[in-house]
Amino acid sequence: MPDIDDMPAGGIAAIRKLLWLMAAVAALLGALLYFGLEGSGADKQTPVAAKMPFGGPFELTGADGSVLTEQSLAGKPYAIFFGFTRCPDVCPTTLSRMALWRKQLGKDGDKFNIVFVSVDPARDKPADIGSYVELFDTPIIAATGTDAQLAQIRKGFGVYVKKVPLDPAKPGGDYTIDHTAGVFLMDAQGHLSSIIDHHEAESTALDKLRMLVG
Amino acid sequence: MKFKRASLLAGLVVPVLATPVLAHNFTIGKIAIGHPWTRETAATQSVGGGFLNIRNNGKTADRLVSASSPFAAEVQIHTMSMDGGVMKMRQLKDGITIPAGQTVELKPGGLHIMFIGLKQPFKKGGQIPAMLKFQKAGSVKVSFAVQPVGSAAPMEAGHAGH
Ligand SMILES: [Cu+2]
Repeated sequence: MPDIDDMPAGGIAAIRKLLWLMAAVAALLGALLYFGLEGSGADKQTPVAAKMPFGGPFELTGADGSVLTEQSLAGKPYAIFFGFTRCPDVCPTTLSRMALWRKQLGKDGDKFNIVFVSVDPARDKPADIGSYVELFDTPIIAATGTDAQLAQIRKGFGVYVKKVPLDPAKPGGDYTIDHTAGVFLMDAQGHLSSIIDHHEAESTALDKLRMLVG
Repeated sequence: MKFKRASLLAGLVVPVLATPVLAHNFTIGKIAIGHPWTRETAATQSVGGGFLNIRNNGKTADRLVSASSPFAAEVQIHTMSMDGGVMKMRQLKDGITIPAGQTVELKPGGLHIMFIGLKQPFKKGGQIPAMLKFQKAGSVKVSFAVQPVGSAAPMEAGHAGH
């Protein structure tokens, strides 16, 4: 299975560490400000993580054949998730959760886009992902790309993807895909706002989304 | 298709037509199976996950060794785990042990049945017949209720629960 290369596992873990580190730096800056050292160059209290450039540049093909890039998504926050339509569990669960979050946010629910990127271009054609996301009863931007395009966006987001044969005795047969299961929250400027983990409580997820659209 | 209903319904005078919205259980020997369900699938989707509870009322362990369905080219038994934020799904070629006196839950986020090579999409409200084979108890026909894609738990588990 040569077309999906490995990335170090724990990409999310690494990003989390970085976010924690940045939060710690922000806290330190906050403390400095509090103790009257504001002349030192720290100007305002923007969340530091939001300034981190992230994910792009990338170019993908939407379900309708249109080109989707970080530029075309800019201007509105979005929640982006990587998966494949042959995933029986995590992908439908996550997309359903996202649809529910949007409903639970009420008026704010339309202030962010939901983006689903298939990392299985060999089997998920644009029309396939289009009909797949229609199941979820909320607008979802579905996209995929060539192996090279997907390698680029995976690198940008630090998304781990690995094809694994369902039957180890038949390496050329059917396969599943190990993949990062977190949802990346991107602000309108295309910067990482936060990540919602697969096991995270719904209330935490909603708080993160409110922060994203607020 | 003739299914063995669980003892829950055995003593009740319930017309058969009422069963789709009532309890949805199956038994074979000492094995009791509760609420098999699956999710609706898109027209182009070729797999579906199946979930159910398996209780072993016997005094010795049994094992779900395989499954099949006329609606899928193949049915496998899988485990799913999260490892550093990465979803990993693996086939359990030896099946799942059901310890004596215990219930094993196949549910989203963990163990599941996987229907592979769907012959037709799973339509919301439908029933997907399948055969589950146990090492000791033998084979039992069950049906998986097709629930909305957003489902995280069986809808027929009892309305008191929601
Ligand atoms: Cu998945």
